[in-house]
Parts: sequence; C-alpha cells; structure tokens
Amino acid sequence: MNSLTFKRHLIESFKSLKRNGWMTVAALSAVAVTLLLVGVLLSVLMNINKIASDIENDVQVRVLINRGTSKKQENTLRQNLAKLDEVKSIRYSSKKQELKDVIGSYGKEFKLFSGDDNPLNDVFVVKAKKPKQTVKVAKQAEKMKYVYTAKYGGASAKKLFKIVDNIRTWGIGISLLLLFVAVFLISNTIRITILSRKDEIGIMRLVGATNGFIRWPFILEGAWTGLFGAIVPIIIVDFGYVWLYRILSASLASTGYHLLTPGTFLIQIDLLLILIGIIIGALGSGLSMRRFLKI
Amino acid sequence: MIEFTHVYKKYDNTTAAADFTLQIKQGEFVYVVGPSGAGKSTFIKMMYHEERPTSGKIKINEFELDKIKNHEIPYLRRELGVVFQDFKLLPRMTVFENVAYALQVIGKKPAEIKERVEHVLALVGLVNKADSFPSELSGGEQQRISIARAIAKKPEIVIADEPTGNLDPGTAEGIMDILERINQQGTTIVMATHNSTIVNERKHRVIEIESGKIVRDQQEGGFSEHE
Repeated sequence: MNSLTFKRHLIESFKSLKRNGWMTVAALSAVAVTLLLVGVLLSVLMNINKIASDIENDVQVRVLINRGTSKKQENTLRQNLAKLDEVKSIRYSSKKQELKDVIGSYGKEFKLFSGDDNPLNDVFVVKAKKPKQTVKVAKQAEKMKYVYTAKYGGASAKKLFKIVDNIRTWGIGISLLLLFVAVFLISNTIRITILSRKDEIGIMRLVGATNGFIRWPFILEGAWTGLFGAIVPIIIVDFGYVWLYRILSASLASTGYHLLTPGTFLIQIDLLLILIGIIIGALGSGLSMRRFLKI
Repeated sequence: MIEFTHVYKKYDNTTAAADFTLQIKQGEFVYVVGPSGAGKSTFIKMMYHEERPTSGKIKINEFELDKIKNHEIPYLRRELGVVFQDFKLLPRMTVFENVAYALQVIGKKPAEIKERVEHVLALVGLVNKADSFPSELSGGEQQRISIARAIAKKPEIVIADEPTGNLDPGTAEGIMDILERINQQGTTIVMATHNSTIVNERKHRVIEIESGKIVRDQQEGGFSEHE
C-alpha cells in the first residue's frame, strides 16, 4: 500500500465514523463501559497485589543471640548467617535497642527493665531473598552456634503466604476473565456495526475494490473506536484513583503499607486501556468483515 | 472482447442460460432484450462474475472466468464499467465520493480523480448534486450516478442492466447519447433493456433471450423480430 492510498483510507475511516452517527455512538459507549470496568478492576487488583507483597516482604527472621556471647562470636554468627544463600540482609539490633522498641510499642512501664535488668537478647534481624524462604532461613539459623532461638511468625506466616498466593491466582484469573469479556463485548459491538454495512461491502467488491482496499478503512475505524472509547474511562480512572489515593494513603500511613503511587502506575493503566481498545477494535473489525470478503 | 462458449446456468428448477455461445467484439454496441425473467440479468451478471455458470466457458478480455482466481476478480471488474439495475450506490458516500471510489480503487491520484469525476458528473447533468447523498436523489438521478461511476474510469467494456429504466424519455435519450459517444471512441457496450423505442430508433446488434435461450442474434435488429 502506498502512502497515498493509506492517506485515503485514513480520511475515509474518519468520515465513516462521523457518518455512522448513532452506530458510532453505540460502539464508543460499549467500548467505554467495558474499558472502565477493566480499568477500575485492574487498579483494585494491582493495589491488592501490592499490599499483599508489602505484607509478605515484611516477614523476617529474628535470630536471638545467646546472652553472654562476645562481640567476636557475634561476628562469627553474622558471617555464618551471611553465608546462607537465601539471606538478603542482616541487621543488628542490640538488646538496648530492642527494649526501646518494646517501650515504644507497649509503654513507659517497661523502662523498669533498663540497664542490667534488661532480660532481652541481642538480635540479628534477617531478611530472606524471597519471602517464602523465611522458614528455611529460620530453621538453619536455629541450628547455629550462639543462637538462642530463631522466630519467623510460624504458622501465621505460612497462612499469610497461602493467602497472598490465593490473591495472586484469583487476581490473574479475574484479569483474564475480564480481558475475555472486554474482547467479547467490544468485538461484538463492532461486528454489529459491520453487519449493518454488509451491502456496502458487496458494492465495493462489485466496483473492483480488492479485499485489502475494502478492509483497511474498516480496521482503522475499529482502531479509532477503541482509541476514542478509551478516553472517558482513562479520565474517570485517573481522577478517581488520585482522589482515592489521597484519602486512603492517609489512613494507611500508620500501617506502613502503601498504595501504588499514581504517577507511573496510572500511565501504565492508561496505556494498557488504549492498547486494549485499539487492538480489540481493529481486530474485531478486521475479523468480523472477513466473511463478507469471501467470494 | 466477450466470448461465451456453451454456457449453461441452472438454478434449482429453472435454466437461466442454456448453451449460450456468442462473441462480442471490442467496440460493438449490443442490446440484450427479452421478457422479464428470461435470463438477461443472469447473462449480464455472469460477465462480471457475480453469477458463475454451471458449465461452459466465458472469456472477458484476457480473463478466462472458469479459471479465474478469487484475488483476480477485482482486476476483472476494473476492466468493466457496470451500471446496475438497482444502482448499487454506496449509501454513506456523497455522489462525488461514489464516482471517485471507482477511481480510487484503481489508484488514480486525487487531482486526476477530481477532474474526471467533475467531467462525468457534467456528462450526466448532475454536477450540482455532487455533495448530495444517494438517499436525497430520485431514482433517475441515482441511475445517472451509477452510469457516471461506470464510465468514469474509461473502461474497455460497459455493461448496463436497464440503464434507462427509471428515466423520463428526455433523460433516457441523453444517456443513450453518452453511451453511443463512448462507443464511438471504441468502448464495447452491452445493454439489457426493455425500452423498445430506443432499440428501434438507434439500431445496433440485438441479442434476444427467451426462457434462458438465445432466440435471436441480429445485426441492426429491432426490439422484436419483425421490427
């Protein structure tokens, strides 16, 4: 196809959008509603996933060091821990620091245990490379010399991992289902607009137009429908998300968990909606007219 | 050059074409006459491959229609200018765009298209309707647009199914003038018609079809055998 013909197809597709009137409005509305659904659900799912990951990543092993262990011995232990393949980071927290945390969390009464009365242990806070390796790290750490015990949240951590796994699987499932619904809804609406133009396609063939010449304006029209249909959902999702982000991040602040920041995340969602719209619009259009082009 | 050799076209219970064998040379003007349902439209439609013969061979210029591949059909149709009985105008395109479409299809440049479309619209007397949509035109006007579209690309062969059917006698004469003029320039014209006045007054070869059979093929013939 030369540039002249492509320009002609481009102009033709725009004219057709305009002249199809209510058919175009119907197709645009169907695309807009579907993409809005996709946009909202995707934002929710991605944030649930983010928070689930935050929670999961929060799981760590607290390796309590035997009382009376010397600094040198503590260093040996740190080196041994660091040798484990699964270990990502090790942070030292003295018993003094630990008590400070307790006082911070539970109140000034615990100041009673300051100084030599401090019953707490020095601690290595160990993070695994992958959250699920936490259990393994804890078990290995427990066997090491100078270790009093290694805690990782036990059964509750295992339960958490399972929940997060479930959320992920369901999230992927729902996303796929949603994508399928979007494909179905958008391509069906476009198919109806093309069905109404079956005779037109027949005439084009009778005056000597090749299939490609007939098909391109329709494909472009489908793509425009997808693109323009994405505008309203993008506006709603963007403004809605920024608004909700402001409200929710204030209340989430105390928990230490965060929603995805609007900037890059919204650009990704916007691009995805545009892409889904254009691809499904063009494909739906191209595929629906295939049977009218068979001789 | 149009060549039919032992062409048969059968529908379930009827035979629309029985052993059609004929030749139309480049530059001829041929009327196809006969009562309604005789097989005139089938004859015409087989030429641009909308109907396919049940058996036999049809040759249109270099295209052998029994061997033609699907992707070659558009190229066959580009060599023909067809005036359809039901006009077959694109409803969402203006008059200008309808005529221009036939030229865009063959890759003409916009400037050339504009000049050519304006010329043929002037020929059929509808320049002032260039921006109208087909639904805003009368039957006769739509027919004239269909004729303008058929002749715009200067085809070697013009096939017209009842091109004067919906026109008043004055306009019909005008259309005939145009068809005869392009015939004089070397274009083959095959025209199915019910209009006895035209056939009797403007003598050309007449092919008469009755019940799916060619019953008469006469140079300078009249509308019926005895005229």
